[in-house]
Amino acid sequence: MLSSWGQLPAAPARDERWWADRAAALPETGSTLLAYGNGRSYGDVCLNGGAMLLHTRGMDRFIAFDPASGVLRCEAGVLLSEILEVFVPLGWFLPVTPGTRYVTIGGAVANDVHGKNHHRAGSFGCHVRCLELLRSDGSRRLCSPQENSDWFAATIGGLGLTGLITWVEIELKPMAGSAIAVENARFNGLDEFFAINASAEAGHEYTVAWIDCLAATPRGILMAGDHAAPGEAGCPRAPSPLPLAPPRLPVSLINELSLRAFNQLYYHRRLPANSRMHYAPYFYPLDSIAHWNRLYGRRGFFQYQFVLPLAERAALTEILRDIAASGQGSFLAVLKTFGAVRSPGLLSFPMPGVTLALDFPNHGRATLALFDRLDAIVGAAGGRVYAAKDARMSGEFFRRSNPRLDEFTPYIDPKFSSDFARRVML
Amino acid sequence: MAMQRILIIGASSAIAEATARIWAARGAELFLVGRRADRLAVIAADLRVRGAASVGCHRLDATDIDGHAAMLDAAIVAMGGIDIALIAHGSLPDQKACEASVAMTLKEIDTNALSVIALATRLAELFEGQGSGMLAVIGSVAGDRGRQSNYIYGAAKGMIGIFLQGLRNRLARRNVQVLTIKPGFVATPMTAAFSKNALWARPEAIARGIVRAVDKKSDVVYLPGFWCAVMLLIRHIPERLFKRLAL
Repeated sequence: MLSSWGQLPAAPARDERWWADRAAALPETGSTLLAYGNGRSYGDVCLNGGAMLLHTRGMDRFIAFDPASGVLRCEAGVLLSEILEVFVPLGWFLPVTPGTRYVTIGGAVANDVHGKNHHRAGSFGCHVRCLELLRSDGSRRLCSPQENSDWFAATIGGLGLTGLITWVEIELKPMAGSAIAVENARFNGLDEFFAINASAEAGHEYTVAWIDCLAATPRGILMAGDHAAPGEAGCPRAPSPLPLAPPRLPVSLINELSLRAFNQLYYHRRLPANSRMHYAPYFYPLDSIAHWNRLYGRRGFFQYQFVLPLAERAALTEILRDIAASGQGSFLAVLKTFGAVRSPGLLSFPMPGVTLALDFPNHGRATLALFDRLDAIVGAAGGRVYAAKDARMSGEFFRRSNPRLDEFTPYIDPKFSSDFARRVML
Repeated sequence: MAMQRILIIGASSAIAEATARIWAARGAELFLVGRRADRLAVIAADLRVRGAASVGCHRLDATDIDGHAAMLDAAIVAMGGIDIALIAHGSLPDQKACEASVAMTLKEIDTNALSVIALATRLAELFEGQGSGMLAVIGSVAGDRGRQSNYIYGAAKGMIGIFLQGLRNRLARRNVQVLTIKPGFVATPMTAAFSKNALWARPEAIARGIVRAVDKKSDVVYLPGFWCAVMLLIRHIPERLFKRLAL
């Protein structure tokens, strides 16, 4: 059964079809459809309970690559990891990459994912040159900023609801080497974070911060990075993935006690101010643990990611205080500022401001009540919550925080739907 | 490693495609043969992006024995010769339907065995003449012992297993390698209707095993390797007992 990354209880799809042929017509079905890529979204944007899922990982072929410009066209089920495997040795990198490389490019478009270079490059959708959209009426549309630009805007970040994305064309970027030169800096308190973050953004292509959300004063480590030529010692190697995935556990190994211990050790570990590392551990620290989501046990977990306008730092302080007081939260709390580069997507998540992502073991009502309190703060501050991570926000909150939803709705394919769409859009 | 010129028959099968991707990444020259020109073109484009030095395509139904010679000529013209041939086409018969139809049974034997033997015969002649070559053929663990659930498929795979044994013996002193590949259960579109358990392997894993066996010039390889032990056991169950098992 296909599930999402958070492993939360959900109604299964009635029919799961392996989809490998981009030229094929959509299946005849009495129910609705939804593309399911690699299942790395956390909540229910990739689920379609009681209806049909098209498992698009079979559509995993490259179509064309221009070595002069770096323009790559490939089928929507190709994983970003597969693009990296082929093109990093040739000196090309993804223009934007999320925190795992195990997402399909179709999913990257549909969720308009962002990465550690948002302050310079914007979201993934900013680098999509063109895509093909297959609708349930059988029509195929080439969508780009120039052609069918309204369909393009609806499909970037459109959560797979505008039809099936069959292929995507992006522009890869040339890079100096597969090493990343990293500058680490500890910070204590949010004021210090914003101060060092501003100068890091000015000087570096990538920035991201880990934050200890259980500490009385928020503290953390800012990691700024740039592509770098291999040093004299040669290029650092990628760490091997752990040979075994964690088993399915009855209870979560992640609890307040293990969190405090981890955060304490992580914050105080030996930290070189400058280091050079392989790109994989910098961008994808958790990819080397297959199925790390199982650490949260049978009940699954939530990720809560929100963005606030930069002026609303007080709200951020308030949120962190609420989370610390709750004793919930996770070791992978990620803090990042978004820049001003606008995505073409109507429902795109990023806005200029600051974003924080945290994992929470599913403790049922206590966890949900915390999220409702956080929603209220985020909403009042003019922010929003990331659909790709969400499994529980209210429709009212989603609609209020996505003012362009009314522009988007007419482009939803009548035969496409998802658990998320039924929960918050209708 | 010297550049390899590789002919793949049944190139749109999931195992063949996954194998071709590994060879493409090494910069091989490839020549793809299959029934559907449009599928071949899609796969060829993918393999070019992945690094293949060249990719040619040829539309052919492998059971069209009369078309084999022209196909081989086209491959030789396109690549200047053949170093490796992978025969990967096949079908998974509906056992129950075959039991009620002689015509269907013979058609499955034709697809899975006779067409393979015809191709292997021509390739053996070519490789023997040039004094080099690797002929790799996808058989199956099903060919190791007849079972009620799929003995028509098993009989065909068993036939090519014996044929390749003889061919290997004949060509052993001619610098020609003959490799019999015996995959176990593989999750492919051909087996989409089966419910899967831990015994099922992904085509990518089988492909890595095939490339490794070709590199090592192996004779017979079970993929994944544990099937070697499983089939050893199954081959040694006495027939008096075996015939009563629900396999």
